[in-house]
Amino acid sequence: MKYKRDPKRIREVLGKKVQFILGDMACVYGGLLAGCSFFGGYPITPASEVAEGMARLLPRVGGTYIQMEDEIGSIAAVIGAAWSGGKSMTGTSGPGFSLMMENYGFAVMTETPCVIVNVQRTGPSTGQPTLGAQGDMMQARWGTHGDFEAIALAPSTVQECMDFTIEAFNLAEKYRNPVCVMTDGEIGHLRERIVIPDEKDLKLIDRVTATIDKNKYIPFTNSQTRKSKVPDFPTFGTGYHTYVTGLTHNEKGFPATDKQPDHERLVKRITTKITDDHDKLVMVERINLDDADIVFVTYGATARPAESAMEMGRKNGIKIGLLRLKLVWPFPDKLITKLAKNVDKIIVPEMNLGQIVHPVREYAEGHCEVVSAPKIGGEMHLPMELYKYLEGK
Amino acid sequence: MVEIKTAEELNKKYLREGMWPTIFCNGCGIGVVLEYTFWALEELGWDMDKVVFASGIGCSSRLPGYINADGLHTTHGRALAFATGIKAANNDLNVIVFTGDGDCAGIGGNHFIHAARRNIDMTVIMVNNFIYGMTGGQLAPTAPLGSIATTAPYGNIEHPFDICELAKALGANYVARWCVTHPYQPIKSVKEGLQKRGFSLLEFLAPCPTAFGRRNKLGDIKKHWAWYDNNTILIEDYEKIMKYGTEEEKDEVKQKFQIGVFQDIQKPGFFEEYEKLVNRLKEKEAKAKGGK
Repeated sequence: MKYKRDPKRIREVLGKKVQFILGDMACVYGGLLAGCSFFGGYPITPASEVAEGMARLLPRVGGTYIQMEDEIGSIAAVIGAAWSGGKSMTGTSGPGFSLMMENYGFAVMTETPCVIVNVQRTGPSTGQPTLGAQGDMMQARWGTHGDFEAIALAPSTVQECMDFTIEAFNLAEKYRNPVCVMTDGEIGHLRERIVIPDEKDLKLIDRVTATIDKNKYIPFTNSQTRKSKVPDFPTFGTGYHTYVTGLTHNEKGFPATDKQPDHERLVKRITTKITDDHDKLVMVERINLDDADIVFVTYGATARPAESAMEMGRKNGIKIGLLRLKLVWPFPDKLITKLAKNVDKIIVPEMNLGQIVHPVREYAEGHCEVVSAPKIGGEMHLPMELYKYLEGK
Repeated sequence: MVEIKTAEELNKKYLREGMWPTIFCNGCGIGVVLEYTFWALEELGWDMDKVVFASGIGCSSRLPGYINADGLHTTHGRALAFATGIKAANNDLNVIVFTGDGDCAGIGGNHFIHAARRNIDMTVIMVNNFIYGMTGGQLAPTAPLGSIATTAPYGNIEHPFDICELAKALGANYVARWCVTHPYQPIKSVKEGLQKRGFSLLEFLAPCPTAFGRRNKLGDIKKHWAWYDNNTILIEDYEKIMKYGTEEEKDEVKQKFQIGVFQDIQKPGFFEEYEKLVNRLKEKEAKAKGGK
């Protein structure tokens, strides 16, 4: 089937503009709005509702849903679909995310745009399937072997599950890189009010496809038509006869497995195409930072109790602010350094034993104290628990 | 269209310039499989802009690199899952998967099972050389009992996987096994497999003199080819012998690889069924709207 995005049809299928839905379902809505034409998935708690929603709605907008045999197959099919012109995504949780790691790297190496929704649950291993966690934040950054740059968003609300899935598609298409939406069991299984954006307010980015003379086209180098390190995309079936391989390849796409300069050139290009835009890629929410002595640096579900703790602190005269990372990777390093220079203490609450606290420490080093505020076991931090960190415990 | 008569002309048309020399050893059978595929494609006259090759990891999985067409050289064992996605996003494309016995029947076994079961529209060409050639000769799931591999230095004690029997059981639309030693039936068969909607599997027994042959007294390519002739039997002949032959003859043919077409049926392929589903939903909605 050949999919064509039909805005009117998508809105017909989604229904009312204002709805009360699950976070997982909001990821489905975001995908459909972005023009997702293929979803490959495998059942896993607490992400199954993403697959279920796609199975129900995707055929109605002319897209294809396939329940694959496992998560390895899911992401493989998602990457394949991207190469024949689709916008494609999958949804999973910890164990499935672990299984996807090899092909996640394949998507990076072959510069394939695609979206992975990870509704995080506690681990290691099977852990607590129904309970939320933020234990895969470092896996999204470092989970596949070799050098690469990750792009990952962390929604804190059901609305953001939808908005960030749309944004994930935009970033994937723009940079030709896999993009992770790192939600969690708490937000994924939370029902909240969402407002579906009107078509005129939607900003959608589509990959730039190859249009130049086939004999002059070079598939794995800087764009030949724009000033960009992201090459124009030679969709399969359009006559470019591109060889796409996970092996180190030269600019033509041919294996260059024993050539150091080719490897360095390739990996530097596919990493710097993202890091060059570092400053543009910052997505944060700043609350009460102007006069703050203490700051919560947080993301995802954890931002919610942190905000409550901040409000408690403010009521009691503590100069506390909050910096919420909407885009966790690439990490907003300069911003953290700047912040650290102006405050006494940064507290990093996370539903893990301390992951994002590490880059925070790295970039705050020498400027302020950095404290980890971990909580594991599938329960969110209580505002009171976080408030205690403000009182010095 | 210029009529192609020689292998040289064929290669000029279908091979990708700039990828030579190949990685294949002297006596390797993989190139022969590629040649048969080219002849089949030539006879079909397909537009190569609409043919996409996918592969996993291993010697035979390097084939898409040498073909002047779109190719996705993926991760070990996963080619069929990637190919499923390629076809899903553009059903106009003809998807051909090159894979090896380790890639397809070993690490990729699960993807193979489910692609065949779903009857995904693709043609899988599995080159079976009984060994992991690229990594230097480790034991494959198809290795004959008693054969020697670097990781089975005292002889293989595992029962080999018959991938054609598996595909047949899963209801694949087209299943055939051939030897690289005979050109004509395989070319005809590849053509049939390519034309078939739904899932088709072509298994090719192909020599790997370097990694398999040398360790198994078949390093000499002539001897290796003779081994295939002596150890294969046409399905039709096999069935006749099993019906009318003596016990001795029956025991003898049971040791051999059956070659030929194992299955040739016409169930609707996955994407045909999916399109029906989409249309059914459309009709249902149109009806519901009309009824209001």
